[in-house]
Amino acid sequence: MLDIATLLGAGLLQAFEPLNLMMIFVGCLAGLFIGAMPGLGSVNGVAILLPVTFLVPPTAAIIFLAALYYGAMYGGAVSSITLGIPGASTAVATVFDGRPMAQQGKADQALTAAAVASFIGGTISVVLFTLFAPPLAVFALKFGPQEEFALMVLAFATFIGLGGDDIPKTIFSILLGLVMAAVGFDIISGQPRMIFFDFVELQRGIGFLVLAIGIYGIGEMLWTLENTKGEVRIHAVSSTWKSFKKNLSHVREYLPTTALGSALGFFVGTLPAAGATPASLMSYGLTKTFAKDPDSFGKGNVSGVAAPEAANNAASTGSMLPMITLGIPGSPTTAILLGGMIIWGLRPGPLLFTDRPDFVWGLIGSMYVANFVTVALNLALIPIFVRVLAMPFTILTPIIFILCFVGVFATTDRMFDVWLMLLLGLGGYLMRKLNYPVAPAVLAIVLGPLAERSLRQSLISSRGDVMTFFERPISLTCMLLALALMIYPIWLNVRRRRAGATSGTE
Amino acid sequence: MKYLKTLLASALALAVSAPVAMAEWQPRKPVEFIIMAGTGGGADQIARLLQGLIEQKGLSSRPFIPINKPGGSGAEALRYMQDKAGDDHTVMMTLNSFYTTPIIQEDLGVDVTQFTPIGLMAMDTFLLWVHTDREDITDLDSYVAAVKGAGLDWKVGGTGSGQEDSVLTAMMEAAFDYEVTYIPFPGGGTVAKNLIGKQIDSTVNNPSEQLAFYEAGDSKPLVQFTGERMAAFPDVPTARELGVDIEYYMQRSVNGPPGMSAEAVEFYTDLFQTLFDSAEWQEFCVSDGLTCDGMLKGGDLASFHASQVEAHKKLIAQVGAGAITGE
Amino acid sequence: MSTRSAELLMAAGLLLLSLGLMWNVTADDLHIGWVEGRGPGAGVWPFWLSGGMALASLWTLVRWFRGATPESRNKAPYIDGQSLGLVLISFAALTVMLLLVHVVGTYIATALFLGFYMRVIGKHAWRSTVSMCVGMVLLIYFLFEWQLTKYLPKGAKAFEDGFLWIDNFRWQYLM
Repeated sequence: MLDIATLLGAGLLQAFEPLNLMMIFVGCLAGLFIGAMPGLGSVNGVAILLPVTFLVPPTAAIIFLAALYYGAMYGGAVSSITLGIPGASTAVATVFDGRPMAQQGKADQALTAAAVASFIGGTISVVLFTLFAPPLAVFALKFGPQEEFALMVLAFATFIGLGGDDIPKTIFSILLGLVMAAVGFDIISGQPRMIFFDFVELQRGIGFLVLAIGIYGIGEMLWTLENTKGEVRIHAVSSTWKSFKKNLSHVREYLPTTALGSALGFFVGTLPAAGATPASLMSYGLTKTFAKDPDSFGKGNVSGVAAPEAANNAASTGSMLPMITLGIPGSPTTAILLGGMIIWGLRPGPLLFTDRPDFVWGLIGSMYVANFVTVALNLALIPIFVRVLAMPFTILTPIIFILCFVGVFATTDRMFDVWLMLLLGLGGYLMRKLNYPVAPAVLAIVLGPLAERSLRQSLISSRGDVMTFFERPISLTCMLLALALMIYPIWLNVRRRRAGATSGTE
Repeated sequence: MKYLKTLLASALALAVSAPVAMAEWQPRKPVEFIIMAGTGGGADQIARLLQGLIEQKGLSSRPFIPINKPGGSGAEALRYMQDKAGDDHTVMMTLNSFYTTPIIQEDLGVDVTQFTPIGLMAMDTFLLWVHTDREDITDLDSYVAAVKGAGLDWKVGGTGSGQEDSVLTAMMEAAFDYEVTYIPFPGGGTVAKNLIGKQIDSTVNNPSEQLAFYEAGDSKPLVQFTGERMAAFPDVPTARELGVDIEYYMQRSVNGPPGMSAEAVEFYTDLFQTLFDSAEWQEFCVSDGLTCDGMLKGGDLASFHASQVEAHKKLIAQVGAGAITGE
Repeated sequence: MSTRSAELLMAAGLLLLSLGLMWNVTADDLHIGWVEGRGPGAGVWPFWLSGGMALASLWTLVRWFRGATPESRNKAPYIDGQSLGLVLISFAALTVMLLLVHVVGTYIATALFLGFYMRVIGKHAWRSTVSMCVGMVLLIYFLFEWQLTKYLPKGAKAFEDGFLWIDNFRWQYLM
C-alpha cells in the first residue's frame, strides 16, 4: 500500500512537469474538438496524431495521447447531445436521452451531466486502476473466447428493453444489424461473405460509423425536417453562471447511477476485446432496467446520459490495463497506443511495471490530472456548445449534412462509404417512419462481429460441444446473470399486474 | 466564374511548368501510404513509424498519410492499387498476403508482379511457441509427440485462415503428419495473450508479439523457421538443423502501383533507402526481432517478388487451398 | 401513399430483402449447417439470421392484415404533404452535392450545397450566405486537410490541379 502511494506520488509529480502538463492540456483540448466532430472519435485522433509524438520523450508522448483519448471520450457526448449524432460507437447510448434533453431545451443540463459523470467515471476507474492493476491483469488472461461470448450474451440481455413497443419490428432491427455485421471477410473460414454486386469495398465490411452516421445524421435530420415542417425550433439555451450552479445541484439525482456505471465500465473495459462500447450500453441498459421509472428513459432522463458517459470514460481507463500489463489492446484506440509504445521502444507486457515504473506511474499520474483538466475545459465550453442549437435550421441542416460526409470520408478514406451512408440513412428514415426502432440495429452492428467470432472460436475449440459455455466458471456466471436479466423484466411485469389486480379488487 | 478562370489558368500554368519540375521529382500532394492490414498490427506499426521518421527528418515536401485498407486479407488494398495504375502519389506497405491473397482469390484480377517494387524494409520471422508450464515439451520431438497424443484436441492459435501463420501451420501439419485444430483470432497480440491464458496450446507468433511474455518467462520458443539462428534467440534451433525442411519469412516491403513513373520510383527508392539506413530503423529492427541486412530494391526486389509468388503457389497447391481457408 | 400501404410495402420489401440475403449466402457456397467438430459454418450466422428477419417481416405482414399495428390502421399520408417538398429537396441537394464531389471536389461542392440551402431554401441574405460558405470551406480545409492531414476528394484532374496550386501557398509560406 505504502509502495503504491510513493510510486503514485512520483507519478503525480511527473505529471506536473511543465512539458507533461502542457501535453495534458493540449491533448485534452484537441481530443475534445476531435471527439465533438461527428464521425471523428478517439481512434482517428490518436492515429492521426501518433507521428507527432516522435518529437517528444515517450512519457510525454503517451501522456499526450492518453489525454487526447480522454478528451475525445468527453467530446463524443457533445456531438451526441447537441447534434444527435454519436461521434463514436462509445457515445451511441448517450444519444438516447441526450438528444431528447437538448430538444426540450435542457442541453446545458445534459452536457453538465455528461461532463460530471465522465469525470466521476474517469476518477473512480483510475483509482481502481492504481489499486488493482496486477490482479486484474491475471483475471483478464482467464478471458477466452467462451467468456467473451458469454459477455456478449450478457450485453444483449441488458439492453433487451431498449427496443420499441413493436416486437416483430424490434426483432427485425436487431437481426438486420447482426446480419450487416457479417458482411465482408470471415476471418474464421477466410471466405468473403455477402459481397453484393461484387463491390470489392464490401470485403472490409460495413463499418459501424457508416451506419450510425447514416441513421442518426442523415435519417434523423430528414425526420426532423419533416416533423417540424422546417420550423426546427429547439429551445434556445442561455447558459449562465446561475444555470450552471443549478445544473450542478442536479448531480445528486444521478450520483448512484454514475458510481455504478463507473465500476461496471472499468471492469468491462479491462477485459480484452470488449472495450468501452459494450460497457456504455450495459450501463445504460442496467440503469433503465432497475430504475423506478423505466418508461422515462429515452425521453430525456438525466440518468440516461450520466450512466453511459460514466461507463465509457471508466472503460477507456480500464482498457489501458490490458494494454500496459499484457500488451493487448482492449479497444481500437489502445491498439494504436500500443503501436506507439512499441515505436518509442517500450515493450508493454508483464515486465513494464517493474522495468519502467517512471513511465507507468507517470501515465497513471497524468490520468488523474487529465480528468480534472477535461472536466474544467468541458464545463467552461458548454456555453459555446449550446450555441450550436440556436442556429436556424436552414444553416444547421446543411452543415450537419456536410459534416456527415466529411466525417465518414475522413474515417475510411472512401467515397464508397459516403454513398453507403446516404443509402442507409434513407433506408433508416423510411423505416423509422413506420415505427421500426433503429437503435437496436446500430448496437447489433457493433457487437455482432464480436459475438459471432467468439461463438465460433469457442465451438472450434471445444470441437462443437455447446456445453463449453457452461463448464467454465466465469462464462457460466455471465450466462446466469444474462438469464436473470432476461427474466427480471418479465417478473416485474407479472408482479405489477398482480399488484394491479389486487388493488382492483379492493 | 472568376474562380473557375483562376483555376483553369493555374492548371495551365502547372501543365507548362511541369517539365522543369521533373528534373528533381518531388510529390506535389500528400502521398497515400496504403497499409494492407488493420490498425495496430505489425504492418501498421511499421508504416506509422516510417511516416513519423519521414516527417521528423523532412524527407518529403508533402506528408505521407497512412491509410488502412484491411478488407479481405488485403484484397481491398490490392484492388485499390491496381486501380491506381500510373499514379505517382500512392505507395503500399505489404506483408505476405501480397502473395497469397491474389492466389486464393483468383477473380480479384490483380497481378502483383506488375506492381512497382520500391524497397524491402525487413523480413519478419516466425517461431513456434508454447507456454512455459508445458514442462513435458522441451524440444521439437517432444512437441510433435504431445501434439500427436492430443490429436484434434491440440489447439493452435493464429491470425486467420489464409494468413501467413495458417500457411505455416498447414506446412507443419504436412511435414509432421499430424492434424490440429486451428483457431483464428484478430491480430497476433491477441493470439499471444490467448497462449499465455492457456486458451490455446501453441502458436507460430512473430518474435515481436511474444517477446514481452518470453522475457517475463511465460512462454518459450521451440524452433525458429529461419535459415540461420537469429541473434536474439541463439539457443533455439532452426527447423533445418533438426532435419525439417521448413523455412518461412514474412516480408515487409514498400511497393507502388503498376506503371509508376521512373522519376517517382527514383524518389521513393532514395527516400526509403535513407530510412532503411537510419539509426532509428536499425534500432527498431533489433528490438523487434526483424532481419534487416541491406534493402532489396528495383530489379532485385522484382525478382524476389516473382520467386515468392511461385513459392507460395507451390505451397498452396501442396497443402491445398482448403487447408488454409478452413472448412 | 397512405401510411397503411407504406407499412405493407415496407414489410413485403423487407421480406424480399431477407429472402434475397438468404439466397445470396447459399449462392456463395457458404456452409449453412453445423460442421462436425467445428461448430457453425461461415454461412450459418448470416443465413439463419436473415431467416429470422424474413419471419419477423412475415409477422409484421400478418399483423398488418389483422390491423394490429397503429401504422396499418393509419390512412394519413406516409410522408406529410406539406413537408414532402422540403424532405425531397434536401435529400436531392445532398445527393447532387455528393455527385459533384466526384467532379469538382469537396470544397466547391460543399460551398455550392451550403449556398443553395441557405440562399434558396433559407432565403438568407447574400452576405451571410457567402460568408458562411467561405467560413465552412476554410474550416474544413484547416481542420481536416491541414491539422488532420486528410486528403479529401478533389474531383477531376483540372480541379485537383487548381486546388494544389492554391494549397502550394501553405507549403511555401506557412509551413
